[in-house]
Amino acid sequence: MTLLQVDGLVVGYSAAPVLHGVDLTVPPATIVTVLGANGAGKTTLLRTLSGLLRPAEGGIRFDGRSLVGVPVERVVRLGLAHVPEGRGVVAELTVEENLRLGGVWRADRRDVRLAQDEVYELFPALAARRKHAGHQLSGGERQMLALGRALVARPRLLLLDEPSLGLAPRITGQIMALLRRLCDETGLAVLLVEQNVRSALSVADQGVVLSLGRVVAAADAAQLRDDAGLRHAYLGF
Amino acid sequence: MDRFLFLTVDGLAKGAVYAAFALAVVLIWRAARIVNFAQGAMAVATVYAAYSVTQATGSYWLGFAAALAAGLLLGAGIERAVMRFVPHTSPLNSVIVALGLVLLLQAVLGAIYGNEFRPVETPFSRTGITVGGIALLSRYDLFVLGAVLVLVVLLALLFTRTSTGLRMRSAAFAPEVSRLLGVNVAGLLTFGWALAAAVGALAGMLVVPTELGLHPNTMDLVFVSSFTAAVVGGLDSPIGAVVGGLAVGLVLSYAAGYLGSDVTPLATLALLLVVLLIRPGGLFAGVRTRAV
Ligand SMILES: Nc1ncnc2c1ncn2[C@@H]1O[C@H](COP(=O)(O)OP(=O)(O)OP(=O)(O)O)[C@@H](O)[C@H]1O
Ligand SMILES: [Mg+2]
Repeated sequence: MTLLQVDGLVVGYSAAPVLHGVDLTVPPATIVTVLGANGAGKTTLLRTLSGLLRPAEGGIRFDGRSLVGVPVERVVRLGLAHVPEGRGVVAELTVEENLRLGGVWRADRRDVRLAQDEVYELFPALAARRKHAGHQLSGGERQMLALGRALVARPRLLLLDEPSLGLAPRITGQIMALLRRLCDETGLAVLLVEQNVRSALSVADQGVVLSLGRVVAAADAAQLRDDAGLRHAYLGF
Repeated sequence: MDRFLFLTVDGLAKGAVYAAFALAVVLIWRAARIVNFAQGAMAVATVYAAYSVTQATGSYWLGFAAALAAGLLLGAGIERAVMRFVPHTSPLNSVIVALGLVLLLQAVLGAIYGNEFRPVETPFSRTGITVGGIALLSRYDLFVLGAVLVLVVLLALLFTRTSTGLRMRSAAFAPEVSRLLGVNVAGLLTFGWALAAAVGALAGMLVVPTELGLHPNTMDLVFVSSFTAAVVGGLDSPIGAVVGGLAVGLVLSYAAGYLGSDVTPLATLALLLVVLLIRPGGLFAGVRTRAV
Protein backbone atom coordinates (compact mmCIF):
# COMPACT_ATOMS: atom_id res chain seq x y z
CA MET A 1 0.00 0.00 0.00
CA THR A 2 1.27 3.47 -0.78
CA LEU A 3 0.12 6.91 0.28
CA LEU A 4 2.34 8.95 -2.00
CA GLN A 5 3.70 7.69 -5.29
CA VAL A 6 6.07 9.82 -7.37
CA ASP A 7 7.03 8.62 -10.85
CA GLY A 8 9.70 10.05 -13.13
CA LEU A 9 9.40 13.58 -11.81
CA VAL A 10 11.20 16.16 -13.98
CA VAL A 11 11.19 19.72 -12.61
CA GLY A 12 13.14 22.80 -13.65
CA TYR A 13 13.11 26.50 -13.11
CA SER A 14 13.56 28.67 -16.17
CA ALA A 15 16.60 26.84 -17.53
CA ALA A 16 17.67 23.19 -17.37
CA PRO A 17 15.82 20.69 -15.16
CA VAL A 18 16.84 20.40 -11.51
CA LEU A 19 15.14 17.06 -10.92
CA HIS A 20 15.80 14.44 -13.60
CA GLY A 21 13.19 11.72 -13.21
CA VAL A 22 12.75 11.19 -9.49
CA ASP A 23 10.82 8.11 -8.26
CA LEU A 24 9.66 7.88 -4.68
CA THR A 25 7.13 6.01 -2.57
CA VAL A 26 5.80 6.85 0.89
CA PRO A 27 3.63 4.22 2.61
CA PRO A 28 1.21 5.29 5.37
CA ALA A 29 2.56 5.52 8.92
CA THR A 30 6.13 5.66 7.65
CA ILE A 31 8.92 8.20 7.92
CA VAL A 32 10.87 8.52 4.70
CA THR A 33 13.86 10.82 4.78
CA VAL A 34 15.28 12.54 1.71
CA LEU A 35 19.00 13.19 2.08
CA GLY A 36 21.49 14.94 -0.14
CA ALA A 37 24.00 17.75 -0.37
CA ASN A 38 23.17 21.43 -0.86
CA GLY A 39 21.54 21.98 -4.22
CA ALA A 40 20.63 18.32 -4.70
CA GLY A 41 17.01 19.32 -5.32
CA LYS A 42 15.35 18.37 -2.01
CA THR A 43 13.45 21.62 -1.61
CA THR A 44 12.50 21.56 -5.27
CA LEU A 45 11.02 18.09 -4.75
CA LEU A 46 8.87 19.15 -1.79
CA ARG A 47 7.73 22.33 -3.51
CA THR A 48 6.61 20.29 -6.49
CA LEU A 49 4.70 17.85 -4.31
CA SER A 50 2.70 20.62 -2.66
CA GLY A 51 1.97 22.30 -5.98
CA LEU A 52 4.20 25.38 -5.64
CA LEU A 53 6.14 24.19 -8.70
CA ARG A 54 4.71 22.42 -11.71
CA PRO A 55 6.52 19.35 -12.99
CA ALA A 56 7.56 19.31 -16.64
CA GLU A 57 7.10 15.55 -16.68
CA GLY A 58 6.12 12.76 -14.35
CA GLY A 59 3.29 11.90 -12.04
CA ILE A 60 2.38 12.50 -8.40
CA ARG A 61 -0.34 10.33 -6.91
CA PHE A 62 -1.54 10.93 -3.38
CA ASP A 63 -4.02 8.44 -2.00
CA GLY A 64 -4.75 7.29 -5.53
CA ARG A 65 -5.44 10.80 -6.84
CA SER A 66 -3.19 12.80 -9.18
CA LEU A 67 -1.82 16.00 -7.61
CA VAL A 68 -0.42 17.45 -10.82
CA GLY A 69 -2.24 20.67 -11.61
CA VAL A 70 -4.10 20.80 -8.27
CA PRO A 71 -3.80 24.39 -6.93
CA VAL A 72 -1.58 24.79 -3.85
CA GLU A 73 -4.39 25.91 -1.58
CA ARG A 74 -6.36 22.73 -2.37
CA VAL A 75 -3.51 20.29 -1.73
CA VAL A 76 -3.68 20.74 2.06
CA ARG A 77 -7.39 19.90 1.94
CA LEU A 78 -6.48 16.52 0.50
CA GLY A 79 -4.36 15.71 3.53
CA LEU A 80 -0.85 16.79 2.57
CA ALA A 81 0.76 19.52 4.70
CA HIS A 82 4.04 21.20 3.73
CA VAL A 83 6.20 22.96 6.33
CA PRO A 84 8.52 24.94 4.07
CA GLU A 85 12.23 25.60 4.35
CA GLY A 86 12.68 28.37 6.91
CA ARG A 87 9.45 27.22 8.60
CA GLY A 88 7.12 29.93 7.32
CA VAL A 89 5.83 31.22 10.65
CA VAL A 90 4.00 34.46 9.80
CA ALA A 91 6.17 36.90 11.75
CA GLU A 92 3.47 39.58 12.05
CA LEU A 93 0.83 37.27 13.49
CA THR A 94 0.70 35.93 17.03
CA VAL A 95 1.27 32.30 17.98
CA GLU A 96 -2.47 31.89 18.43
CA GLU A 97 -3.24 33.42 15.03
CA ASN A 98 -0.63 31.28 13.32
CA LEU A 99 -2.21 28.21 14.83
CA ARG A 100 -5.72 29.30 13.86
CA LEU A 101 -4.44 29.73 10.33
CA GLY A 102 -3.54 26.06 10.28
CA GLY A 103 -7.20 25.08 10.42
CA VAL A 104 -8.71 28.06 8.64
CA TRP A 105 -10.08 26.03 5.74
CA ARG A 106 -11.63 23.31 7.88
CA ALA A 107 -15.38 23.11 8.44
CA ASP A 108 -15.12 21.05 11.63
CA ARG A 109 -14.47 23.95 14.02
CA ARG A 110 -14.71 21.74 17.10
CA ASP A 111 -11.95 19.49 15.91
CA VAL A 112 -9.85 22.51 14.94
CA ARG A 113 -10.08 23.77 18.52
CA LEU A 114 -9.27 20.29 19.79
CA ALA A 115 -6.26 20.08 17.48
CA GLN A 116 -5.05 23.49 18.68
CA ASP A 117 -5.30 22.38 22.31
CA GLU A 118 -3.34 19.26 21.43
CA VAL A 119 -0.57 21.42 19.95
CA TYR A 120 -0.38 23.48 23.14
CA GLU A 121 -0.14 20.25 25.13
CA LEU A 122 2.56 18.93 22.83
CA PHE A 123 4.53 22.19 23.07
CA PRO A 124 3.95 23.90 26.43
CA ALA A 125 6.49 26.55 25.38
CA LEU A 126 3.95 27.77 22.78
CA ALA A 127 1.10 27.81 25.28
CA ALA A 128 3.10 30.29 27.36
CA ARG A 129 3.50 32.56 24.35
CA ARG A 130 0.04 32.59 22.78
CA LYS A 131 -0.08 36.37 22.42
CA HIS A 132 3.51 36.79 21.24
CA ALA A 133 4.16 37.73 17.62
CA GLY A 134 5.94 35.21 15.41
CA HIS A 135 9.06 37.38 15.19
CA GLN A 136 9.46 37.27 18.98
CA LEU A 137 9.92 33.51 19.05
CA SER A 138 13.18 31.60 19.25
CA GLY A 139 14.20 29.30 16.42
CA GLY A 140 13.05 26.25 18.31
CA GLU A 141 9.70 27.79 19.17
CA ARG A 142 9.18 28.71 15.54
CA GLN A 143 9.82 25.16 14.48
CA MET A 144 7.34 23.92 17.07
CA LEU A 145 4.78 26.46 15.86
CA ALA A 146 5.28 25.56 12.20
CA LEU A 147 4.97 21.88 12.97
CA GLY A 148 1.98 22.38 15.27
CA ARG A 149 0.26 24.60 12.72
CA ALA A 150 0.62 21.90 10.09
CA LEU A 151 -0.83 19.32 12.50
CA VAL A 152 -3.97 21.42 13.04
CA ALA A 153 -4.89 20.47 9.46
CA ARG A 154 -4.84 16.79 10.56
CA PRO A 155 -2.75 15.77 7.56
CA ARG A 156 -2.02 12.21 6.54
CA LEU A 157 1.32 13.19 5.03
CA LEU A 158 3.65 15.81 6.41
CA LEU A 159 6.38 17.33 4.22
CA LEU A 160 9.17 18.79 6.37
CA ASP A 161 12.01 20.80 4.85
CA GLU A 162 15.04 20.75 7.16
CA PRO A 163 13.27 21.09 10.51
CA SER A 164 16.56 20.78 12.40
CA LEU A 165 18.15 23.78 10.69
CA GLY A 166 19.62 26.10 13.29
CA LEU A 167 18.26 24.15 16.26
CA ALA A 168 20.18 22.91 19.28
CA PRO A 169 20.72 19.13 19.19
CA ARG A 170 18.45 18.64 22.19
CA ILE A 171 15.52 20.38 20.44
CA THR A 172 16.22 18.49 17.22
CA GLY A 173 16.10 15.25 19.19
CA GLN A 174 12.77 16.19 20.76
CA ILE A 175 11.25 16.99 17.39
CA MET A 176 12.49 13.77 15.81
CA ALA A 177 11.11 11.76 18.72
CA LEU A 178 7.79 13.53 18.36
CA LEU A 179 7.63 12.66 14.65
CA ARG A 180 8.27 9.03 15.49
CA ARG A 181 5.50 9.06 18.08
CA LEU A 182 2.97 10.73 15.76
CA CYS A 183 3.82 8.22 13.09
CA ASP A 184 3.41 5.23 15.37
CA GLU A 185 0.36 6.47 17.27
CA THR A 186 -1.68 8.31 14.65
CA GLY A 187 -0.53 6.72 11.40
CA LEU A 188 0.92 10.00 10.12
CA ALA A 189 3.37 9.60 7.25
CA VAL A 190 6.35 11.98 7.03
CA LEU A 191 8.60 12.92 4.15
CA LEU A 192 11.54 14.41 5.99
CA VAL A 193 14.15 16.43 4.12
CA GLU A 194 17.30 16.73 6.21
CA GLN A 195 20.95 17.68 6.09
CA ASN A 196 21.32 16.36 9.57
CA VAL A 197 21.86 12.83 8.28
CA ARG A 198 22.48 11.11 11.60
CA SER A 199 19.34 12.28 13.35
CA ALA A 200 17.23 11.78 10.21
CA LEU A 201 18.38 8.20 9.75
CA SER A 202 17.97 7.49 13.44
CA VAL A 203 14.26 8.22 13.27
CA ALA A 204 13.31 7.30 9.70
CA ASP A 205 12.07 3.96 8.39
CA GLN A 206 13.38 4.50 4.91
CA GLY A 207 15.85 6.80 3.23
CA VAL A 208 16.30 8.21 -0.24
CA VAL A 209 19.55 9.84 -1.30
CA LEU A 210 19.32 12.56 -3.88
CA SER A 211 22.35 13.77 -5.81
CA LEU A 212 22.19 16.41 -8.53
CA GLY A 213 18.51 15.76 -9.05
CA ARG A 214 18.68 11.98 -9.26
CA VAL A 215 17.88 9.26 -6.74
CA VAL A 216 21.19 7.46 -6.19
CA ALA A 217 20.04 5.22 -3.34
CA ALA A 218 16.77 4.16 -1.78
CA ALA A 219 16.68 1.65 1.05
CA ASP A 220 15.76 0.99 4.65
CA ALA A 221 17.21 3.61 6.95
CA ALA A 222 19.20 0.99 8.84
CA GLN A 223 20.75 -0.23 5.62
CA LEU A 224 21.79 3.32 4.63
CA ARG A 225 23.29 3.84 8.07
CA ASP A 226 25.43 0.77 7.66
CA ASP A 227 26.54 1.34 4.06
CA ALA A 228 29.94 3.00 4.59
CA GLY A 229 30.62 3.47 0.87
CA LEU A 230 27.34 5.31 0.30
CA ARG A 231 27.82 7.40 3.41
CA HIS A 232 31.24 8.53 2.26
CA ALA A 233 30.18 9.19 -1.32
CA TYR A 234 26.97 11.14 -0.73
CA LEU A 235 26.35 11.83 2.92
CA GLY A 236 29.74 12.98 4.08
CA PHE A 237 30.25 10.94 7.23
CA MET B 1 -11.64 81.02 20.60
CA ASP B 2 -15.03 80.54 18.91
CA ARG B 3 -13.26 80.57 15.60
CA PHE B 4 -10.78 77.97 16.79
CA LEU B 5 -13.61 75.74 17.96
CA PHE B 6 -15.40 76.15 14.65
CA LEU B 7 -12.28 75.35 12.63
CA THR B 8 -11.52 72.31 14.79
CA VAL B 9 -14.97 70.85 14.39
CA ASP B 10 -14.99 71.59 10.68
CA GLY B 11 -11.52 70.06 10.29
CA LEU B 12 -12.57 66.88 12.05
CA ALA B 13 -15.63 66.54 9.80
CA LYS B 14 -13.47 66.94 6.69
CA GLY B 15 -10.78 64.75 8.18
CA ALA B 16 -13.26 61.94 8.72
CA VAL B 17 -13.74 61.68 4.99
CA TYR B 18 -9.99 61.81 4.36
CA ALA B 19 -9.67 59.04 6.93
CA ALA B 20 -12.18 56.87 5.09
CA PHE B 21 -10.48 57.48 1.78
CA ALA B 22 -7.05 56.89 3.30
CA LEU B 23 -8.38 53.57 4.62
CA ALA B 24 -9.20 52.58 1.05
CA VAL B 25 -5.62 53.42 0.02
CA VAL B 26 -4.22 51.45 2.98
CA LEU B 27 -6.41 48.41 2.27
CA ILE B 28 -4.97 48.05 -1.21
CA TRP B 29 -1.45 48.82 -0.09
CA ARG B 30 -1.62 46.10 2.57
CA ALA B 31 -3.15 43.56 0.23
CA ALA B 32 -1.17 44.20 -2.92
CA ARG B 33 1.72 46.58 -2.11
CA ILE B 34 0.29 48.93 -4.72
CA VAL B 35 -0.47 52.61 -4.17
CA ASN B 36 -3.71 52.85 -6.08
CA PHE B 37 -3.58 56.26 -7.73
CA ALA B 38 -6.85 55.39 -9.48
CA GLN B 39 -8.73 55.37 -6.16
CA GLY B 40 -10.10 58.89 -6.72
CA ALA B 41 -11.31 58.23 -10.25
CA MET B 42 -12.85 54.92 -9.19
CA ALA B 43 -14.72 56.66 -6.38
CA VAL B 44 -16.02 59.33 -8.77
CA ALA B 45 -17.32 56.60 -11.08
CA THR B 46 -19.30 55.07 -8.21
CA VAL B 47 -20.74 58.48 -7.26
CA TYR B 48 -21.91 58.90 -10.86
CA ALA B 49 -23.57 55.49 -10.57
CA ALA B 50 -25.35 56.75 -7.44
CA TYR B 51 -26.27 59.97 -9.27
CA SER B 52 -27.92 58.02 -12.10
CA VAL B 53 -29.81 55.74 -9.74
CA THR B 54 -31.01 58.67 -7.63
CA GLN B 55 -32.11 60.52 -10.77
CA ALA B 56 -34.04 57.49 -11.95
CA THR B 57 -35.63 56.51 -8.65
CA GLY B 58 -35.72 59.75 -6.70
CA SER B 59 -34.17 58.00 -3.71
CA TYR B 60 -30.87 59.15 -2.19
CA TRP B 61 -30.51 55.88 -0.31
CA LEU B 62 -30.94 53.68 -3.36
CA GLY B 63 -28.21 55.75 -4.97
CA PHE B 64 -26.09 55.31 -1.85
CA ALA B 65 -26.48 51.54 -2.03
CA ALA B 66 -25.74 51.62 -5.76
CA ALA B 67 -22.47 53.46 -5.10
CA LEU B 68 -21.31 50.80 -2.65
CA ALA B 69 -22.34 47.98 -4.98
CA ALA B 70 -20.65 49.71 -7.91
CA GLY B 71 -17.52 50.04 -5.78
CA LEU B 72 -17.44 46.32 -5.02
CA LEU B 73 -17.89 45.44 -8.69
CA LEU B 74 -15.46 48.04 -10.01
CA GLY B 75 -12.75 47.09 -7.50
CA ALA B 76 -13.10 43.38 -8.18
CA GLY B 77 -13.25 43.98 -11.93
CA ILE B 78 -10.14 46.15 -12.01
CA GLU B 79 -8.15 43.62 -9.99
CA ARG B 80 -9.33 40.66 -12.09
CA ALA B 81 -9.06 42.33 -15.48
CA VAL B 82 -6.08 44.66 -15.08
CA MET B 83 -4.02 44.69 -11.91
CA ARG B 84 -3.57 40.92 -11.75
CA PHE B 85 -1.65 41.08 -15.01
CA VAL B 86 0.71 43.91 -14.10
CA PRO B 87 4.20 42.42 -13.78
CA HIS B 88 5.84 42.91 -10.38
CA THR B 89 9.22 43.64 -11.90
CA SER B 90 9.09 47.26 -10.81
CA PRO B 91 6.75 49.10 -8.42
CA LEU B 92 6.43 51.74 -11.13
CA ASN B 93 4.45 49.35 -13.34
CA SER B 94 1.36 49.43 -11.19
CA VAL B 95 1.64 53.19 -10.69
CA ILE B 96 1.68 53.74 -14.44
CA VAL B 97 -1.22 51.35 -14.99
CA ALA B 98 -3.20 53.09 -12.23
CA LEU B 99 -2.55 56.49 -13.82
CA GLY B 100 -3.70 55.05 -17.15
CA LEU B 101 -6.90 53.90 -15.42
CA VAL B 102 -7.45 57.45 -14.11
CA LEU B 103 -7.31 58.84 -17.66
CA LEU B 104 -9.56 56.07 -18.96
CA LEU B 105 -12.18 56.39 -16.21
CA GLN B 106 -12.27 60.19 -16.44
CA ALA B 107 -12.58 60.07 -20.23
CA VAL B 108 -15.40 57.53 -20.08
CA LEU B 109 -17.24 59.51 -17.37
CA GLY B 110 -16.76 62.71 -19.37
CA ALA B 111 -18.15 61.04 -22.48
CA ILE B 112 -21.23 59.72 -20.68
CA TYR B 113 -22.03 62.58 -18.32
CA GLY B 114 -20.24 65.58 -19.84
CA ASN B 115 -17.72 67.74 -18.07
CA GLU B 116 -20.00 70.20 -16.27
CA PHE B 117 -20.39 70.22 -12.50
CA ARG B 118 -23.60 68.50 -11.44
CA PRO B 119 -25.12 69.40 -8.11
CA VAL B 120 -25.69 66.39 -5.86
CA GLU B 121 -28.20 66.20 -3.05
CA THR B 122 -27.57 65.39 0.57
CA PRO B 123 -29.90 63.35 2.76
CA PHE B 124 -29.57 65.84 5.61
CA SER B 125 -29.34 69.60 5.94
CA ARG B 126 -25.92 71.18 5.60
CA THR B 127 -26.70 74.28 7.68
CA GLY B 128 -24.81 74.26 10.93
CA ILE B 129 -26.59 73.69 14.21
CA THR B 130 -25.98 76.71 16.42
CA VAL B 131 -24.51 75.89 19.81
CA GLY B 132 -24.02 78.79 22.20
CA GLY B 133 -24.03 81.31 19.36
CA ILE B 134 -21.53 79.45 17.14
CA ALA B 135 -22.74 77.60 14.07
CA LEU B 136 -21.06 74.23 14.47
CA LEU B 137 -21.65 70.88 12.79
CA SER B 138 -24.55 70.44 10.44
CA ARG B 139 -26.75 67.37 10.44
CA TYR B 140 -24.91 66.26 7.34
CA ASP B 141 -21.56 66.58 9.15
CA LEU B 142 -22.94 64.38 11.92
CA PHE B 143 -24.03 61.86 9.30
CA VAL B 144 -20.51 61.90 7.80
CA LEU B 145 -18.85 61.40 11.20
CA GLY B 146 -21.28 58.63 12.08
CA ALA B 147 -20.80 56.84 8.76
CA VAL B 148 -17.01 56.95 9.07
CA LEU B 149 -17.19 55.75 12.66
CA VAL B 150 -19.34 52.79 11.61
CA LEU B 151 -16.91 52.06 8.78
CA VAL B 152 -13.89 52.10 11.09
CA VAL B 153 -15.59 49.82 13.62
CA LEU B 154 -16.71 47.37 10.94
CA LEU B 155 -13.24 47.22 9.37
CA ALA B 156 -11.62 46.75 12.77
CA LEU B 157 -14.00 43.87 13.54
CA LEU B 158 -13.39 42.33 10.13
CA PHE B 159 -9.63 42.33 10.54
CA THR B 160 -9.31 41.40 14.18
CA ARG B 161 -12.34 39.20 14.87
CA THR B 162 -13.13 37.21 11.74
CA SER B 163 -11.50 34.31 9.95
CA THR B 164 -11.65 36.28 6.69
CA GLY B 165 -9.71 39.08 8.35
CA LEU B 166 -7.08 36.66 9.61
CA ARG B 167 -6.75 35.15 6.15
CA MET B 168 -6.50 38.61 4.56
CA ARG B 169 -3.70 39.63 6.92
CA SER B 170 -1.85 36.38 6.45
CA ALA B 171 -2.25 36.48 2.67
CA ALA B 172 -0.78 39.98 2.64
CA PHE B 173 2.16 39.19 4.92
CA ALA B 174 3.07 35.73 3.63
CA PRO B 175 1.26 34.78 0.43
CA GLU B 176 3.12 31.55 -0.26
CA VAL B 177 2.84 30.15 3.26
CA SER B 178 -0.82 31.15 3.30
CA ARG B 179 -1.49 29.16 0.16
CA LEU B 180 0.23 26.14 1.73
CA LEU B 181 -2.20 26.51 4.63
CA GLY B 182 -5.19 26.44 2.30
CA VAL B 183 -5.81 30.18 1.99
CA ASN B 184 -7.14 31.30 -1.40
CA VAL B 185 -4.74 34.22 -1.77
CA ALA B 186 -5.83 35.25 -5.26
CA GLY B 187 -9.49 35.33 -4.25
CA LEU B 188 -8.71 37.42 -1.17
CA LEU B 189 -6.77 39.89 -3.30
CA THR B 190 -9.86 40.41 -5.45
CA PHE B 191 -11.95 40.79 -2.31
CA GLY B 192 -9.44 43.32 -0.93
CA TRP B 193 -9.77 45.48 -4.05
CA ALA B 194 -13.56 45.19 -3.98
CA LEU B 195 -13.66 46.18 -0.32
CA ALA B 196 -11.26 49.09 -0.83
CA ALA B 197 -13.26 50.40 -3.78
CA ALA B 198 -16.49 50.17 -1.76
CA VAL B 199 -14.82 52.12 1.06
CA GLY B 200 -13.68 54.64 -1.57
CA ALA B 201 -17.26 54.82 -2.86
CA LEU B 202 -18.50 55.62 0.65
CA ALA B 203 -15.89 58.35 1.02
CA GLY B 204 -16.84 59.71 -2.40
CA MET B 205 -20.54 59.78 -1.53
CA LEU B 206 -19.75 61.64 1.68
CA VAL B 207 -17.37 64.21 0.25
CA VAL B 208 -18.76 65.09 -3.19
CA PRO B 209 -21.74 67.10 -1.85
CA THR B 210 -19.29 69.29 0.10
CA GLU B 211 -17.25 70.02 -3.01
CA LEU B 212 -18.30 72.12 -6.00
CA GLY B 213 -20.41 69.28 -7.38
CA LEU B 214 -19.98 66.09 -9.33
CA HIS B 215 -17.37 66.23 -12.07
CA PRO B 216 -14.91 63.60 -13.40
CA ASN B 217 -12.09 65.39 -11.53
CA THR B 218 -13.97 66.08 -8.31
CA MET B 219 -11.90 63.69 -6.22
CA ASP B 220 -8.45 64.76 -7.42
CA LEU B 221 -7.65 67.10 -4.52
CA VAL B 222 -9.43 64.86 -2.03
CA PHE B 223 -7.23 62.03 -3.18
CA VAL B 224 -4.09 64.10 -2.62
CA SER B 225 -5.18 64.96 0.91
CA SER B 226 -6.16 61.36 1.65
CA PHE B 227 -2.99 59.97 0.18
CA THR B 228 -1.08 62.36 2.44
CA ALA B 229 -3.18 61.09 5.34
CA ALA B 230 -2.35 57.49 4.46
CA VAL B 231 1.39 58.24 4.21
CA VAL B 232 1.32 60.23 7.45
CA GLY B 233 -0.24 57.17 9.04
CA GLY B 234 2.41 54.87 7.64
CA LEU B 235 0.49 53.34 4.66
CA ASP B 236 0.38 49.98 6.42
CA SER B 237 -1.68 51.01 9.40
CA PRO B 238 -5.47 51.39 9.41
CA ILE B 239 -5.27 53.25 12.72
CA GLY B 240 -2.62 55.45 11.16
CA ALA B 241 -4.93 56.20 8.23
CA VAL B 242 -7.69 57.35 10.57
CA VAL B 243 -5.39 59.51 12.70
CA GLY B 244 -3.67 60.79 9.54
CA GLY B 245 -7.01 61.67 7.98
CA LEU B 246 -8.14 63.64 11.02
CA ALA B 247 -4.73 65.37 11.23
CA VAL B 248 -4.85 66.40 7.58
CA GLY B 249 -8.42 67.64 8.01
CA LEU B 250 -7.40 69.79 11.00
CA VAL B 251 -4.28 71.17 9.32
CA LEU B 252 -6.23 72.11 6.19
CA SER B 253 -9.00 73.68 8.24
CA TYR B 254 -6.63 75.76 10.38
CA ALA B 255 -4.56 76.77 7.35
CA ALA B 256 -7.65 77.86 5.43
CA GLY B 257 -9.10 79.65 8.46
CA TYR B 258 -6.04 81.50 9.66
CA LEU B 259 -3.92 81.86 6.51
CA GLY B 260 -6.48 81.89 3.72
CA SER B 261 -7.75 79.13 1.47
CA ASP B 262 -4.95 79.68 -1.09
CA VAL B 263 -2.41 78.03 1.18
CA THR B 264 -4.31 74.84 1.99
CA PRO B 265 -2.66 72.68 -0.69
CA LEU B 266 0.71 73.95 0.55
CA ALA B 267 -0.25 73.06 4.10
CA THR B 268 -0.94 69.47 3.04
CA LEU B 269 2.46 69.19 1.43
CA ALA B 270 4.17 70.83 4.42
CA LEU B 271 2.57 68.28 6.74
CA LEU B 272 3.66 65.42 4.51
CA LEU B 273 7.21 66.79 4.40
CA VAL B 274 7.48 67.30 8.16
CA VAL B 275 6.23 63.80 8.92
CA LEU B 276 8.52 62.19 6.39
CA LEU B 277 11.49 64.12 7.79
CA ILE B 278 10.77 63.08 11.36
CA ARG B 279 9.58 59.52 10.70
CA PRO B 280 10.22 58.40 7.12
CA GLY B 281 8.00 55.35 7.55
CA GLY B 282 5.03 57.41 8.67
CA LEU B 283 3.86 58.02 12.22
CA PHE B 284 2.40 54.56 12.76
CA ALA B 285 4.92 52.44 10.91
CA GLY B 286 5.43 49.37 13.04
CA VAL B 287 8.95 48.11 13.59
CA ARG B 288 8.77 44.79 11.85
CA THR B 289 11.25 42.08 11.30
CA ARG B 290 10.41 40.00 8.29
CA ALA B 291 13.43 37.73 8.63
CA VAL B 292 12.59 34.16 9.58
N1 LIG C 1 14.02 29.76 -7.68
C1 LIG C 1 15.02 29.13 -8.34
N2 LIG C 1 15.36 29.50 -9.59
C2 LIG C 1 16.34 28.88 -10.26
N3 LIG C 1 17.06 27.86 -9.78
C3 LIG C 1 16.78 27.43 -8.53
C4 LIG C 1 15.75 28.04 -7.76
N4 LIG C 1 15.69 27.41 -6.57
C5 LIG C 1 16.64 26.45 -6.60
N5 LIG C 1 17.29 26.46 -7.78
C6 LIG C 1 18.36 25.54 -8.16
O1 LIG C 1 17.87 24.23 -8.12
C7 LIG C 1 18.85 23.36 -7.56
C8 LIG C 1 18.24 22.59 -6.42
O2 LIG C 1 17.87 23.50 -5.41
P1 LIG C 1 17.10 23.06 -4.10
O3 LIG C 1 16.79 24.29 -3.34
O4 LIG C 1 15.98 22.18 -4.48
O5 LIG C 1 18.22 22.21 -3.36
P2 LIG C 1 18.25 21.64 -1.89
O6 LIG C 1 18.60 20.23 -2.00
O7 LIG C 1 17.01 21.98 -1.16
O8 LIG C 1 19.45 22.43 -1.27
P3 LIG C 1 19.70 22.94 0.25
O9 LIG C 1 20.15 21.75 1.01
O10 LIG C 1 20.76 23.96 0.12
O11 LIG C 1 18.41 23.50 0.76
C9 LIG C 1 20.03 24.21 -7.18
O12 LIG C 1 21.00 24.09 -8.17
C10 LIG C 1 19.49 25.61 -7.16
O13 LIG C 1 20.48 26.52 -7.56
MG1 LIG D 1 16.56 23.08 0.50
